[in-house]
Amino acid sequence: MIRAIHRWPGLVALALITILALSGAALSVFPAAERIGAAQPETGLTVATLAARIKLAYPGVEQIRRQPSGRITAYWFDQGAPGAAVIDPATGQGVASADPNRIERWLTNLHRSLLLGDGGRIAMAAGAAAMLVLAFSGIALVMRRVGGWRHWFTPLRGPLAGRLHVEIARIAVIGLVLSAATALWMTASTFDLLPDGAAALAFPAEVTGDTGFAPDQMPILQQTPVAELRELSFPFSGDVTDAYTLKTDGGTGYIDQGNGALLAWADLTGWERVSETIYMLHTGQGAATLGLVLGLMALGVPAMGATGVLIWLAGRRGRLRIRGNQPAGRARTIVLVGSEGGTTWGFAATLHAALTKAGHSVHVGPMSGYAPRRHGSAERIIVLAATYGDGAAPASAKGFLDQLNAADRAPDAPIAVLGFGDRSFPAYCAFAEAVSEAARAKGWDAFMPPDTVDRQSPQDFARWGRALGQAMGTDLDLVHTPVSPATQTLTLMSRRDYGSEVQARAAILRFALPRATLWQRLTGAGFAQFTAGDLIGILPDGSAVPRLYSLASARRDGFIEIVVRKHPGGLVSTRLTALMPGDTVTAFLRRNPGFYPGRGRAPLILIGAGTGIGPLAGFVRGNARRRPIHLFFGMRHADSDFFYGQDMPGWQADGRLTGLVTAVSRGGGRPHYVQDALRGDGAQVAGLIRDGARVMVCGGRDMAAGVTEALAEILAPSGLSPAVLKAEGRYVEDVY
Amino acid sequence: MKSLLAALAMTTALTLPGLAMARPVTLTTTLNSYGGDGAYLVLFVTDATGAYAGSLWMAGGKSKYYEHLTDWHRVTNGDTAQVDGITGASVGAGRTLEITLDLADALFDAGYTLHIDAAVEDMRDSPNEVAVPLTTEGAGVPVAGRRYIASFAYDM
Repeated sequence: MIRAIHRWPGLVALALITILALSGAALSVFPAAERIGAAQPETGLTVATLAARIKLAYPGVEQIRRQPSGRITAYWFDQGAPGAAVIDPATGQGVASADPNRIERWLTNLHRSLLLGDGGRIAMAAGAAAMLVLAFSGIALVMRRVGGWRHWFTPLRGPLAGRLHVEIARIAVIGLVLSAATALWMTASTFDLLPDGAAALAFPAEVTGDTGFAPDQMPILQQTPVAELRELSFPFSGDVTDAYTLKTDGGTGYIDQGNGALLAWADLTGWERVSETIYMLHTGQGAATLGLVLGLMALGVPAMGATGVLIWLAGRRGRLRIRGNQPAGRARTIVLVGSEGGTTWGFAATLHAALTKAGHSVHVGPMSGYAPRRHGSAERIIVLAATYGDGAAPASAKGFLDQLNAADRAPDAPIAVLGFGDRSFPAYCAFAEAVSEAARAKGWDAFMPPDTVDRQSPQDFARWGRALGQAMGTDLDLVHTPVSPATQTLTLMSRRDYGSEVQARAAILRFALPRATLWQRLTGAGFAQFTAGDLIGILPDGSAVPRLYSLASARRDGFIEIVVRKHPGGLVSTRLTALMPGDTVTAFLRRNPGFYPGRGRAPLILIGAGTGIGPLAGFVRGNARRRPIHLFFGMRHADSDFFYGQDMPGWQADGRLTGLVTAVSRGGGRPHYVQDALRGDGAQVAGLIRDGARVMVCGGRDMAAGVTEALAEILAPSGLSPAVLKAEGRYVEDVY
Repeated sequence: MKSLLAALAMTTALTLPGLAMARPVTLTTTLNSYGGDGAYLVLFVTDATGAYAGSLWMAGGKSKYYEHLTDWHRVTNGDTAQVDGITGASVGAGRTLEITLDLADALFDAGYTLHIDAAVEDMRDSPNEVAVPLTTEGAGVPVAGRRYIASFAYDM
């Protein structure tokens, strides 16, 4: 619901909001430039003195105005010809043209009315209203995603467009809300919808009828500093019934031209003051720095528009792939999808295609459309559920749990639940778990145990597909390729072998950098830009499901390095560990920004086991800034599994690596795992984490679970927990 | 052709004894290219003593800006009822405003003066842009304004 409120105003008003933002950003420069350019009066300068100076220089002066920037303009008539100039308050002489800046006028009219008069003003006000709706719905979405105000600036993971969109938004939103709200106020004021007009001040009924009292002798002008002046109008030459009109920050008054007495005075009304403050906040007139900041924030709008459209298109693409969907009432297999961004729909489409090919009739629909009565022919119901934020239901699953809980009994057709999530988040597949739990509580039969897919892993999905095939008595091969990656050919430069003694052959493989095209260099596509922690994917022959390996090098290292252990029956690992220098392999790059060490100076605690050392070693090698790094490395045999063992002393000697602790699990004596090593150094680890250290874990799933457990124990006395650290983005895992 | 007799009769002091005798008068105001946004113009009449007699036309729709038409604002105290029903759009630089009104014969050759105040956003206020006596022989004689008005004439 909130997503729809966010999406549609955004798409409909995109062009309008972009024009508003760009013209607004351009306009924000003018008040600052005027402020810098305005000659400021000496302290204590009164309106009386200023008026006398100007009157001396321009005897025909009619009006003196002061802008909020401090710029003073005088208007006069000289022998019937009108004149105007920006005045230097020190001399009263004109120093610059007072003509309005044509570009600024044009931009102003574009910004407030699309150059179209009142109709355009209303359209632009609608744009500002759309901006407000976008801002508030966006705030709600970000809150839901990160889990509350306290995590407002928590680091994000996921596709670049989505991250950029939110990164810009959470900084710019405050300025955009301010600009849009004040814009609406100003439009209402322009259309006389607010009682913020000037207080009616009647022109005095009687004046002395004399003329010629010098302005610099007038008490009220002598009391008014120039800094408070807005406007001083001189009486019309020769009109004895006229008077001086003075407008200041405090109000408006009339002054007799015969004796200088104040004839009438009215203070600004409260509404006027509010409107003027709002005008200042919106335009930066009188608050130039704020104006510049708001202008900068407005520049985020086009970027958010573009990324927003990309997110929307990606979501749409994900849903559009289901061809030959069977009607809900006739299908034997019902697939219900709970998806937020649309990726889960892609998996559903793969499942749909494979089941259809195997001769099943399948209906795919959103979980929110769950209606057991409509699924009359269903023999099984398969739920593919992603999780949003901290365990919340994703967009297409809204209301599912309420429906299920409210039903008096569970459907006859048994259920299978597959959760989609990211293990590096604390609430991994929490929504799928909630669905399983609710189904169990209702007595809904499950024909398969619940399972999960981590970070859209095709392997996880294929494995679950085989189990599903068994349960259904069908041969099912789920080959899911989220995006067909652009591959490049890599040539092996060298290899370092390990593990031959323990019959677990492993190697550090170093490939040459492929030549990058100019386009790749410009866009950072493919291997033109990568860093340790990113992944390379390798497609086994005859399979569309890639194997992913963590990179142990960055582009600036000048090579591509991975650590591979041969798995029995593993197609890719067997091929890789058999590669000889000069051999080639086809691979693609997949970015993994969730597993970067980040830019800070806070210490890093790197924990890895086995081939999981790869990206961690890459971080250490790339640690040119000598950030404190403490590495905990678990291996089976010290003499055969110590990847990078020869490099470590050098890294420690030149300060790239602060501390190294190894744990050896086999080869005599009690097994010592990396989590045991952590416990051994518990006090130091807890201290580092209390001081802001970031924890990065890479390796097998069991090891990661053990590490989480050990850290939970270590951190318990200090009131911290791995879950809290994860929520703060200070505890990340790359687990396989 | 805008017949504003009724409106004038209702809203202004131009309801004079000789009102039964009225004639169409065309007021033509041409602005010079002063290089700014559209100008607000107000056309009003004062009697032989200089007292406000009534308004003929207001070019400019937003009453919050009327205070910049300073002479008119001074004599009417900003009373928007004075221009109810005789308000049109502001006039762009270089453009011409032409209005035709049924004006009472008694306004002519009786010491009445037609005034125009002008104002432009972010530029100077220009009260008393034009002040011409309403006379039969003055009809058709163009006069220049002080700042924004290139020429003004009334034709009978």
